[in-house]
Amino acid sequence: MVDGFADTSRFRLVEAPPLARFVLRAPDTALKAAGKAYGLALPEALNHGASHGERGKPGARVALHLGPDEWWLIVPEAEGPDVAAALESALGSHPHSLVNVSHRQVGYVLEGEGAAGLLNAGCPLDLSEAAFPPGMATRSLFHRVGLMIWRMAPGLFRLEIDRSLAPYFVAALAEAAKDHS
Amino acid sequence: MTAFRSPAGGRIDRSKPIRFTFDGRQMHGHAGDTLASALLANGVHLVGRSFKYHRPRGILSAGPEEPNALVTIDRGGGRETPNLRATQVELYEGLVARSQNRLPGLRFDIGGINNAFSRFLGAGFYYKTFMGPQALGGAKLWARLFEPAIRRAAGLGRAPAGPDPDRYANRFAHCEVLVIGGGEAGLAEALRRSEDPACRVILCDEQAEFGGWMLVEAPERADEMVKALSARPNVTMLRRSQAFGAYAQNFVAIAQQLTDPLATTDAEAPCERLWQVRAGEVVLASGAIERPLVFPDNDRPGILLAGAAETYLRRYGVLPGRKIVILTACDTAYGAAFALQDAGAEIVAIAETRAAPGAGDIAARALARGIPVLPGTTILGTTGHLRVSSVRLGRIRPDGEAEPSGGFTADTVLMSGGWTPSIHLFSQTKGKLRWEEGLGAYLPALPAPGQAIRVIGAAAGEMPAGMRSPALGALPVAGSPDRVKAFVDFQNDVTARDLRLATREGFRSIEHVKRYTTTGMATDQGKTSNLNSLGIVAAETGRSVPEIGLTTFRAPYTPVTFGLFAGQARGDLFDPVRRTPMHDWAERNGAVFEDVGTWKRAHYFLPRRPVDATASGHAAMHEAVQAECRKVREAVGLFDASTLGKIEFVGPDAAEFLERAYVNPVKGLAVGRCRYALLLNEAGFIIDDGIIARLAQDRFHVTTTTGGAARVFGMFEDYLQTEWPDLKVWQTSVTEHWAVIAVQGPRSREIIADLVEGIELSDAAFPHMAVREGRITGTPCRLFRVSFTGELGYEINIPAGLALPLWEKLAERAAEFGGGPYGTEAMHVLRAEKGYIIVAQDTDGTMTPEDMGLGWAIGKKKPDFIGKRGLMRPDLTASGRKQLVGLVAEDRSRVLEEGAQIVPDILAPAGSHAIGHVTSAYSSAALGHGIALAVIEDGRNRIGQLLHIPMERETIAVRVVEPVFLDPEGARLHG
Amino acid sequence: MLLIRCPWCGMDRPEIEFRHAGAAHITRPGPPDRVSDEEWAAFLYLRDNPKGRVAERWRHVHGCGRFFNAVRDTVTDVFVVTYKAGEPRPPETGPGESQPTEARP
Repeated sequence: MVDGFADTSRFRLVEAPPLARFVLRAPDTALKAAGKAYGLALPEALNHGASHGERGKPGARVALHLGPDEWWLIVPEAEGPDVAAALESALGSHPHSLVNVSHRQVGYVLEGEGAAGLLNAGCPLDLSEAAFPPGMATRSLFHRVGLMIWRMAPGLFRLEIDRSLAPYFVAALAEAAKDHS
Repeated sequence: MTAFRSPAGGRIDRSKPIRFTFDGRQMHGHAGDTLASALLANGVHLVGRSFKYHRPRGILSAGPEEPNALVTIDRGGGRETPNLRATQVELYEGLVARSQNRLPGLRFDIGGINNAFSRFLGAGFYYKTFMGPQALGGAKLWARLFEPAIRRAAGLGRAPAGPDPDRYANRFAHCEVLVIGGGEAGLAEALRRSEDPACRVILCDEQAEFGGWMLVEAPERADEMVKALSARPNVTMLRRSQAFGAYAQNFVAIAQQLTDPLATTDAEAPCERLWQVRAGEVVLASGAIERPLVFPDNDRPGILLAGAAETYLRRYGVLPGRKIVILTACDTAYGAAFALQDAGAEIVAIAETRAAPGAGDIAARALARGIPVLPGTTILGTTGHLRVSSVRLGRIRPDGEAEPSGGFTADTVLMSGGWTPSIHLFSQTKGKLRWEEGLGAYLPALPAPGQAIRVIGAAAGEMPAGMRSPALGALPVAGSPDRVKAFVDFQNDVTARDLRLATREGFRSIEHVKRYTTTGMATDQGKTSNLNSLGIVAAETGRSVPEIGLTTFRAPYTPVTFGLFAGQARGDLFDPVRRTPMHDWAERNGAVFEDVGTWKRAHYFLPRRPVDATASGHAAMHEAVQAECRKVREAVGLFDASTLGKIEFVGPDAAEFLERAYVNPVKGLAVGRCRYALLLNEAGFIIDDGIIARLAQDRFHVTTTTGGAARVFGMFEDYLQTEWPDLKVWQTSVTEHWAVIAVQGPRSREIIADLVEGIELSDAAFPHMAVREGRITGTPCRLFRVSFTGELGYEINIPAGLALPLWEKLAERAAEFGGGPYGTEAMHVLRAEKGYIIVAQDTDGTMTPEDMGLGWAIGKKKPDFIGKRGLMRPDLTASGRKQLVGLVAEDRSRVLEEGAQIVPDILAPAGSHAIGHVTSAYSSAALGHGIALAVIEDGRNRIGQLLHIPMERETIAVRVVEPVFLDPEGARLHG
Repeated sequence: MLLIRCPWCGMDRPEIEFRHAGAAHITRPGPPDRVSDEEWAAFLYLRDNPKGRVAERWRHVHGCGRFFNAVRDTVTDVFVVTYKAGEPRPPETGPGESQPTEARP
């Protein structure tokens, strides 16, 4: 339940708890070491996400491959400093960039059988399961703002939006939902 | 039972009567009616006045091509839509429709005076009058007399005055096949393609029901096909959905009407939806449109297309008249004749423009039914004021003229000039067309490269022989064709004579003829008139139709509401509004906000005590800004700088990249130190500035201006990826991760000192232009010792989600010290007192570092940086360039106007060369007088000079001074 | 709205995810003291504006973030090919038929 958005039987919007987020930029040669230190192999295929554990619960790990040398790593808030330290020490010999962006974004889960259709009110991508299968993660647009869309299951999307644009996103999604009642 | 409703038949639901009003008159129709069919059922043909001559006009067609029957539908509460085609408006209980273009009423209209002067309002009237007003008594006469009168009389509908209360939705959709048109061909194609369950098919049709002409001829078959399609989950069926634009790579825009007029609808629900469909293949099954015939007085109410009459009868159960004359150039009108006769109408005669009536025994069947068939005959004229009452016929002679051959009384005339394939959407995608002589029409030939578009059915010219007619243009008349009004374009009141006149005046290309005569323009875009226009121009210029060319088909195919294009991008959703973590606090504390890009920034804070009611807003602002400035200079101020762009550069080559990007030397910057940095474009001009802070050997925190953040990030990405891809460095935007609280003023150290952990704050340990990482109130932070005010100051970077509690604590403390928050206006004043520039206020994209007195920032020994070569261009090193200086008016209390132009001579005549202009101007609380920054040619050599600023009512004398007004030694920076 | 194949993502993506970034294969001349004013002016300002096929730069700004090159026909808007920044223009994508052809001996 998110303020300003009315859930229906066909879709629900949930705001993520505070999380630690990092942007890792590194060449392919650093992937193995990074995955080992992170505790989750970083997906090699571009526009794919991987995870284990339950969001916000201890040990949960998310890795999203969003640019050729760009991964987003999302972990429980309390584990951020340790994860960063482990990565930095494992990647010491590889040129890389690890930047804390925990507060840059707001995370949401949009779920339900109507979730994909609702996103298509403002997102121009083909969100059919054939074109955008579970496991796919990519940046795109929702109306006027950029967002990250990661499909975890057919009716389960995790979304990340820049902090200051999140209120617009929620309002725009709520407006779009009026066409999906 | 209304007068003209047939006793049975049609698709309407006779068990559901519906009341509606037209021009205030209460009428009845049925569920399933359109407004047009319901009006005809009530015997109403007269529905509007024409655009230019205000001639009475009736319903011509039964479809989207309708040029005449434009009405305003008023749904109450500001929901008023003009220019809707009555043929496309579904009837619903309580519908309120009004006719348009009538002064004062539909039956009596003084605008009809234009008709009497029609000889002067012919082709190109507007052009001629604008170009040569002398002939009409001069420009004044035009402006005072003609223009207001014509503007009042001509035009279509009226735009609603209030905001549109309706909602509009948008959907992006993807499919393998998009079928446009739900007639027989479209339905069959959709059925065939959707057999493969993996093939997503979208089928759209502008009508409330699928079936097209089948709804007239074989409705049961249409129902079966629709039922079969509806059962398939891979098929999306869009009713009331007009594909109005077809674009590159099979991208089609569809306007869907959502308000089901017969259902009570959710007030929150949108009334229209824009579908933006990306298809693997577009199949165009848009059918064909019947052409009117061009004969004298062919525009009277009661004269309509034969196919439309058959549609009204068989689909809607409405007889358009009881005593009917038919004029036709093809066979389909016979079907209308037979059906109408069966329904009880008298078919007075079928006049055949062809010498030999059509295929097979069709004429014989007519004769057998007692209907006279008159070959080689046309209509020479009609009578009837508000409705046709008689026709005069003429026999077409071999020489192409006609001679009178009697006449009939009639209340209805049906015409058919053959059928034109609807190729508009195909042509919009730039597909190539070919001329089909036997059809008198263009057909799709070759799709444009990259387009997967296929045209099928009647739209592709697949029509039975009976629908085909090569006849185009004006029919023969008796005597001079210039003495009659034979309308080609009903909506724009363009006659055959207008077109002939245009060609005689030298217009030969159809594009020029169109613009000169307005044929084919306005809401119907010539759907019923274009080919007849071509025929007339071809005949008149002795060329073939293809030689004349074809006007470009453009979107939208039919009118689309502005609301649909705006979608949900209105009000708060027009553009994102970005707010900082401190926004709500600022709002609670009297902040007045200003827009900076899409950000809301606190401009100034109005004190909570009631503002003097007599003070203007400007005075209140002035007072607030002065107070905020004093607090910073005398105690401590808090400023929300969160909107600043922030980029983190990390990697072994981070210093090398920044050294190449900014004008400053960066490699030598020590860890823990900051540098003011200037960014140029390759031309050598300042485009941004900020602070470069070195956090570690391979890690930098760089700030940009608020407005430049996205642009600068994109520019750096360009250089990183494409210019110097060998450098091992990455940038990450942290603008939104860090909120920034600037704490500025002599007491600033005191209010943060005991909150900070792990950072020694003494001037020696943490000097001006230093950066440290540590904690504040237990939260990790990046603390900068920087100043944009000239005071001792800090900028606290703290994770955005944790910023508000810190701000609140600091605000409390600041108040105890006699300080408080300040907004962007005070920030501007404070920095101007110090001569600090604001990029894009004091610079305009043509200023170099040297121009702004910032040449010291440039790393002179660097082999290259962005803009270095640009700065070496002769014009950028020449003397006499504009330079930043300070200005103080001789009347020192005076605050100059930003943008004011500066001249050296007090008596400079208007139009004199200005040697510069004011870029920033404020009232300085600290100095007690007005100050300004300006850029002036050779400015630094003019310091001490008296210059002048000519204003509207006076000339202001100003003295050129150094741009640093306060504390030039910088003593205050060190607390 | 065009559909553009991002050579990094390997997918056709909607045009609004991209930003156009000017002509491709423009080399930044240097070092600065060896570049004539004419050369620099040409680098800054002079671009071809042909009717037909052009090589241009795009950035998948609302996607993978990468710059890439594209050969597009300005008459038909058809993307002939897209390829990663730094790669040469594929030789077979020379001026297309809509390019006005010069008279050849």
